[in-house]
Amino acid sequence: MTPRRDGLALIARFGPPLTIAILAGPVVAGLLGTVLPAFGYLPALGGTAFGLDAFKSLLAMPGIGRSALLSLATGLASAVLSLAIVMVFLAGWAGTRSFARVRSMISPLLSVPHAAAAFGLTFLIAPSGLLARLVSPGLTGWERPPDLLIVNDPNGLALIAGLVVKEVPFLLLIALAALPQIKLVETRALAASLGYGRIAGFLYLAWPQLYGRIRLAVFAVIAFAASVVDVALILGPTTPATLSVRLVGWMNDPNLSMRFVAAAGAVLQLGVVVAALGLWLVLERVFAALRNAMAARGLRLRRDAGIRHAALGLMTASGIIVGAGLVALGLWSVAGLWQFPDPLPSAFTLRAWTSALPRIAAPLGTTLWAGALSTLIALVLTLLCLLRERDTGRTVGKGALALIYLPLVVPQIAFLFGLQFLFLSFDFVARFPALVLAHLVFVLPYVFLSLSDTWRAFDPRYEAIAAGLGKSRWRTLIAIRLPMMVRPILTAAAVGFAVSVAQYLPTLLIGAGRLPTITTEAVALAAGGARRTIGVYAFLQMLLPAVGFAIAILVPALLFRQRRAMQA
Amino acid sequence: MNDLRLDAVSIALDGRTLLSLSARVEPGETLTVMGPSGSGKSSLLAYIGGFLAPDFHASGNVFAGDVEITALPAEARHAGLLFQDALLFPHMSVAANVAFALPASIKGRAARLERAEDALQDVDLAGYGDRDPATLSGGQKARVALARTLVSQPRMLLLDEPFSRLDAALRAQIRDLVFERAKAAKLPVILVTHDEADATAAGGTVVRIGGAS
Repeated sequence: MTPRRDGLALIARFGPPLTIAILAGPVVAGLLGTVLPAFGYLPALGGTAFGLDAFKSLLAMPGIGRSALLSLATGLASAVLSLAIVMVFLAGWAGTRSFARVRSMISPLLSVPHAAAAFGLTFLIAPSGLLARLVSPGLTGWERPPDLLIVNDPNGLALIAGLVVKEVPFLLLIALAALPQIKLVETRALAASLGYGRIAGFLYLAWPQLYGRIRLAVFAVIAFAASVVDVALILGPTTPATLSVRLVGWMNDPNLSMRFVAAAGAVLQLGVVVAALGLWLVLERVFAALRNAMAARGLRLRRDAGIRHAALGLMTASGIIVGAGLVALGLWSVAGLWQFPDPLPSAFTLRAWTSALPRIAAPLGTTLWAGALSTLIALVLTLLCLLRERDTGRTVGKGALALIYLPLVVPQIAFLFGLQFLFLSFDFVARFPALVLAHLVFVLPYVFLSLSDTWRAFDPRYEAIAAGLGKSRWRTLIAIRLPMMVRPILTAAAVGFAVSVAQYLPTLLIGAGRLPTITTEAVALAAGGARRTIGVYAFLQMLLPAVGFAIAILVPALLFRQRRAMQA
Repeated sequence: MNDLRLDAVSIALDGRTLLSLSARVEPGETLTVMGPSGSGKSSLLAYIGGFLAPDFHASGNVFAGDVEITALPAEARHAGLLFQDALLFPHMSVAANVAFALPASIKGRAARLERAEDALQDVDLAGYGDRDPATLSGGQKARVALARTLVSQPRMLLLDEPFSRLDAALRAQIRDLVFERAKAAKLPVILVTHDEADATAAGGTVVRIGGAS
């Protein structure tokens, strides 16, 4: 066998175990730290006997059933809607010119943090929002904002809308990454030659394979949506709030005995997510059975132009909504007097920015450092894992892929709460390294998923040539492979940074409120109505990831401006 | 100058033996290995060069002169490789591609670039050093790739269908250039191909694999 006793191979050995430890360690330890107090065991707070008291108190909470149901329903509904839009859009349009256009419009939206998108939606659809202003008083006759509960509606419709506009770009991009692995052009031609409509042909022949490849991402969407905190704080119902929002309240309750209830609530939250996933598995079967029955009857569904255009419309709308929301955020951050129903402020001022800036410096610093460090560590670990793959000749199998998705499928709140307990007992809470570690758990999967396919697709003959020229693996890595892959590497870094910037719950819980970031500060403003300040923070929150992606595009373009093969 | 000896080299994939071969290639001579695609002829070069994927099972020894190179890591084997594609490093200038291949014993940036320019001149590409590899023609790229390989002072040349992407006229020209330079440098050459014309032009021994099974 080829001797591989070089230094790089030795270091690469540590990649997979470290990565596994960072992905699974906090999740497993955190879950344990949640489950034990839920059943009464937490010696630090005097809990030494196991029992069900915490659950009894939890179930006695007013409206707890409705809260749990809201979490379940909003989570499932947003996932069903998002996936349906993406599926029909792909079925109707994949491979066309409109598809490429919509794709380039939707892709940048992935970098917009959930909270910023949610604030943008609020500023758009609220009774005094941009939409109402644009049609008032002309169409509505409103001279003052109508007394309607559009945002924070009791049934969570605004919450569902806010989740859908963010999940659609995510699912679309995941599906696009998997699309080259199915033979789209041939499948389309075959289906058309048999007389099937575009949507029917795609659903019968291409969708089952495609769905198999994006299924874990769909699970992650469901788990996220059924347990989300920041978006629910901004858009969700309040009487009662979703389970996740109430949990955070209990976790921060000055009465320490509420921690037991919070722990029991976190277990209930885990149950809600498991139930949502269980219901999803049923829905999967129902849908597959329906599709198979239709295919078996040979339904051609040739007149699908209406549905196709509806999907195109919804897809475009989700992009326009996020974009317009961001415009509304920006407008409010520089608005002077802005009376209803004026569509634009009557004066512009930088006062909100200048008064916020002194208070922004520290959170901004924390955001940037936590983002930069967690991204850098994630990148190094990902590279080591990928280098190790070459030495062993094994790519990650199904099991390892499930592990990568583990922190994304287990609801954040269920294990972060326990992790906070653990860190407390080591005096590790509210310390910067702990914050970086907490972010890393969520940054690492995205960096890995973003980089791995491109890394593996690299032509190995370049490295064979370099070795033949007498260059060591280190030198080949530094001089050949990393420079050639600078674009995907920087893109993965931008994705990781965007994920870190957007983290709300890990920052809140592991930072214990003492390491605020732009995101936690922005979400904390949600309850007040200071639109101009919210505008400043949310705009900044959106700007940071955008800058990251801009760097990822500009740096390679400048670095290799005289190398044609390195462009695009 | 050293010859190249393959001593009972055998390569298997998933329990199926793809090839087993013993041979001796004198300096300046060419051994041509012919076989259909999937016959494992490229994996022979990968085994000699030291970059065989771990899912293959291979045994046997390869000697360059007295040195058993199968005991060495890939970067110590000095196997000059030419593939179907020129595979010039796209982020480097033409001269930098060649300079990258120079042995570390040549010190100094200016000296290295000068040597690279000389090597380019040897393949009729004087003055092309500053060019972006992506702007070269197919034939020019192939000549840069040859220059890059030769300046690294390889022990042997391993050619993996290096002419098959070139059009007919260019093909003969590049083929003659490669064999002429290999002879001049007294390098043992192993050529893997499925083109009879390549085998004829190479002269030397022809081994056929994978056809009968």
